[in-house]
Amino acid sequence: MEVDREDGRSQNQLRPLACSRNILHRAHGSASWSQGDTKVLAAVYGPKAGTKKNENPEKACIEVIWKPKTGQIGKLEKEYEMILKRTLQSICILTVNPNTTTSVIIQVVNDDGALLPSAINAACMALVDAGIPMRHLAVSICCCVARSGLVILDPTKLEEQNMKAFAYLVFPNSVHSVLPEGSLSVQGEPIENGIITSVTHGVMSVDDYFYCLERGRAASTKLSDFLRRNLQQQSTDSSKAG
Amino acid sequence: MGLPNASGDLSTEVEVDAFRRLFPLRFFEKHLLESIRPDARPLGRARDTTIALGAVASANGSALAKIGSTTMLAAIKMEVMAPSIEIPDEGCIAIDFHMPPICSPIVRPGRPAEAAPVVAKQLSDTILSSGMINLKELSLVSGKAAWMAYLDIYCLDADGALFDAALLAAVAAFSHLEIPVVSLNDDGKIVLSEEQGLSDREPVNKEKRKVNLGSIPFSLTCILHKNYILADPTAEEESIMETSVTVVLDSSSQLVSLYKPGGAVLAYTSAIQDCIALTRQRVKELQKILEEAISGMEVD
Repeated sequence: MEVDREDGRSQNQLRPLACSRNILHRAHGSASWSQGDTKVLAAVYGPKAGTKKNENPEKACIEVIWKPKTGQIGKLEKEYEMILKRTLQSICILTVNPNTTTSVIIQVVNDDGALLPSAINAACMALVDAGIPMRHLAVSICCCVARSGLVILDPTKLEEQNMKAFAYLVFPNSVHSVLPEGSLSVQGEPIENGIITSVTHGVMSVDDYFYCLERGRAASTKLSDFLRRNLQQQSTDSSKAG
Repeated sequence: MGLPNASGDLSTEVEVDAFRRLFPLRFFEKHLLESIRPDARPLGRARDTTIALGAVASANGSALAKIGSTTMLAAIKMEVMAPSIEIPDEGCIAIDFHMPPICSPIVRPGRPAEAAPVVAKQLSDTILSSGMINLKELSLVSGKAAWMAYLDIYCLDADGALFDAALLAAVAAFSHLEIPVVSLNDDGKIVLSEEQGLSDREPVNKEKRKVNLGSIPFSLTCILHKNYILADPTAEEESIMETSVTVVLDSSSQLVSLYKPGGAVLAYTSAIQDCIALTRQRVKELQKILEEAISGMEVD
């Protein structure tokens, strides 16, 4: 069953991706990520000495500040900050620099659907640019469920509002390994099938959700390849001097 | 630890408490190996849940929900207001979640809890997207007057699973809600009618009525730790094992929300399926408890 999307994309087609790192000079790491018209800027400062009051001093701490394009900071921004913080905490190796704080600042430049996934991707690239030690990257995608039960990927804002439900999913990046296949799997599934973060909105059936997960995993493989190419290209350029 | 003996009892007890404070993760893992938790619950069982309707007499609808020690008080006040121009035949619901300092030692007046705006937003999204309340029912005179329902939820005791208890309290408050009688006065404004109907004005709605609830959402928070899935965590468990998954299902088994905000443990398909199965069971339990509370009120 075909679905007509306004910009003529197919069901599984992502919008054009663009990512550039090292765009801000004062920040220790920075990245700009755009998916179609949604554009997010991320900056990383850190590690800085000391942790905040309620945080564990035996581990590194991550602080996220989310700045919307317009308007005051409200509950939506606080929720996004918390989701981003917990996602980044799960991918960074927190025991390497204990008793330090790394600040991640997200600035929304334009919101045209799939804002949180773009922000997670931008934050991840900015952390790579800053050289923060990480276990693996976080690859994030948005899946929408239409009223007919069809799942489409990477919706625009209009599509997000008109759909029955949508889900923001974050997976670890796909692994290219020299080890024999299956040695890195957990419970019989490869690592990139595990969900780091899932936020859903709207009512969908349980089967729809599992279908979204399948599509999301397939798309995250494509996104992982894009990230790999992007990082390998820019690593040949001159690195930032201290 | 060795076998307890009568003369050494006190020293063994003190050791256990100290062990719990100094090595909390190892303390819990020793219990998980035996498939049990420190409060003697099996891994998949939630704590005792109670609902009391009508806790706040002055509110139009209210409820007090307790899951174990976590206590939430929800109250709804209705106010008449002009509907928005774009949607003239729908009312409005404003949901707010407060964590006053009474609920937990980490919340102080100058240091609001980080969890409060996040739970408030989650609640708001879940209640509005689940379709429990049809906003068109809250309309009085199309284009001129509609009901605005202010739902306030106060956390009185924060002992883990805050979202579950808050959602349960909100749902119970809505099921207790009675829309008051109003009528149009001479200026064309809506006023609350007097009780005895002394006025000879025609009331806009004939009698106090309950709101028709669509499919009601119920939730369960589970913690993932290595291969274990613990249902309904306490605050201690949440602080030690940080990966949590909250599943919200409605009474027709549709998924309203699956919320996993990061966390060190990755959730594979089997873990998600187990969480959803535990939630289905919990939905049945909660439906029974809610029905008992409602029928208990109606007998009075």
